[in-house]
Amino acid sequence: MAGIIGWGAYIPKYRITAETIAKVNNDSAPAIKSGLGLTEKSVPGKDEDTVTISTNAARNALLRADINRKEIGAVYIGSESHPYAVKPSSSIVAEALDIGNQYMAVDTEFACKAGSATIQINAGLVDSKMINYGLSIGSDTSQAEPGNALEYSAAAGGAAFIIGKNEEAIATLDYTCSFTSDTPDFWRRAMQPYPSHAGRFTGEPAYMKHVIGATELILEKSKMKISDFKYVVFHMPNGKFPLIVAKKFGVTNEQIEPGLIVKKIGNTYSGSSLLGLSCVLDIAKPGDKILMTSYGSGSGSDSFIFTCTKKIADAQKKARTTDDYVNRKKYLEYPEYAKHMATIH
Amino acid sequence: MFRESSIIRWRNYNDRYKLIGYKCDQCGKTYFEKKGLCTCGSLTFDEIEFSGKGKIVTYTKVHSGAEAFQEQAPFCVAIIDLDEGARITAQLTDCDYEDLKIGMEVEAVLRKFYKSGEKGVIHYGTKFTPKF
Ligand SMILES: [Zn+2]
Repeated sequence: MAGIIGWGAYIPKYRITAETIAKVNNDSAPAIKSGLGLTEKSVPGKDEDTVTISTNAARNALLRADINRKEIGAVYIGSESHPYAVKPSSSIVAEALDIGNQYMAVDTEFACKAGSATIQINAGLVDSKMINYGLSIGSDTSQAEPGNALEYSAAAGGAAFIIGKNEEAIATLDYTCSFTSDTPDFWRRAMQPYPSHAGRFTGEPAYMKHVIGATELILEKSKMKISDFKYVVFHMPNGKFPLIVAKKFGVTNEQIEPGLIVKKIGNTYSGSSLLGLSCVLDIAKPGDKILMTSYGSGSGSDSFIFTCTKKIADAQKKARTTDDYVNRKKYLEYPEYAKHMATIH
Repeated sequence: MFRESSIIRWRNYNDRYKLIGYKCDQCGKTYFEKKGLCTCGSLTFDEIEFSGKGKIVTYTKVHSGAEAFQEQAPFCVAIIDLDEGARITAQLTDCDYEDLKIGMEVEAVLRKFYKSGEKGVIHYGTKFTPKF
């Protein structure tokens, strides 16, 4: 099968704390922090959007991949916040990356799993020899209505992956599968600025059912056990949900904690599980096995099993780590935050 | 209302998105803008892509920019010497004026330049941010 040739993260510099939002919304900050399991979130700069975040993440992925960029035959970007309703983000990003014109491209949308789905698409294209390399990106400047509970978690960031042949991979893709059903837990209708969600329904019948469903399926197909994995990443709508799934599967703290980026930057929607994967690739060693399961409302989960190769150690040094971006931060007060969000969609 | 042809901008994508420049094939001097003649007298240049790394030569703060840039104001603009030698003027981003210094290392990032109104095209291009 195919594998990851290079990976890269990008997270905007700005943050707002749960305390700052809670003050404006008359909420209890301690209750929010313990309820959601997060303390602050990333906020895009006034001049940032899904296209700029994707480009900067992909440039990091290219730094790690020792390839001729003109051989990238497909560019797919998953997001809930493509800047245009009609006109692709993927062609703008590809132009900025200077990969030429001989590439397939499309923007994808499946709530928070639009990015992980593009890894499956590119892996299929590589395996069928239709392309040499494919670029998969998940990135968002997440929307949340002011005053809504989502405002505490909806964050900005993204991760990019160059998918190519197994032999060149820093991490081979050993298995992937999905678990999908028609579930109305979270949506945003056309022309609406903010998403709507079905409150508590977003938990058990939505996130839990699909993340558990896909994870059980991949363990069954691969005949592997949770203890075979060095790292486990589940989609992170908040800091609580992935830990509930972790507990169900007997995932240890050591396995889940390194990818639990939501605690530091919030939920980056299509970027969420992929930034978690980027965090663990930053520190993984050859031979380490990684299990990742994404989740997209509506609903579906994509599950992946990767094994890191010898090439990973060298690639880790070639670009900024996810943590480099996590640690670069400037806190905003609420009025500045409102200004940042107003100019971005 | 600020309006401009999206087509004219499109013709400049090479310079805006990618920092493509020109290198004299005789003496190796680099230029950001296309030149007909090098200071050494040569007439022929090769296209090169700049690494995007450079240092601030001088800088200023713009409080009241053109209408299209107003939502980003105040912002900083700097003259930058790229590591390859060429000198360019560019907008800075993710920085406070008070923290800037002459000689500060900066690097290129893709950002939004401006939108042509609420219905128009979104223009992207290269800005510079302090190296971190
Ligand atoms: Zn010359």
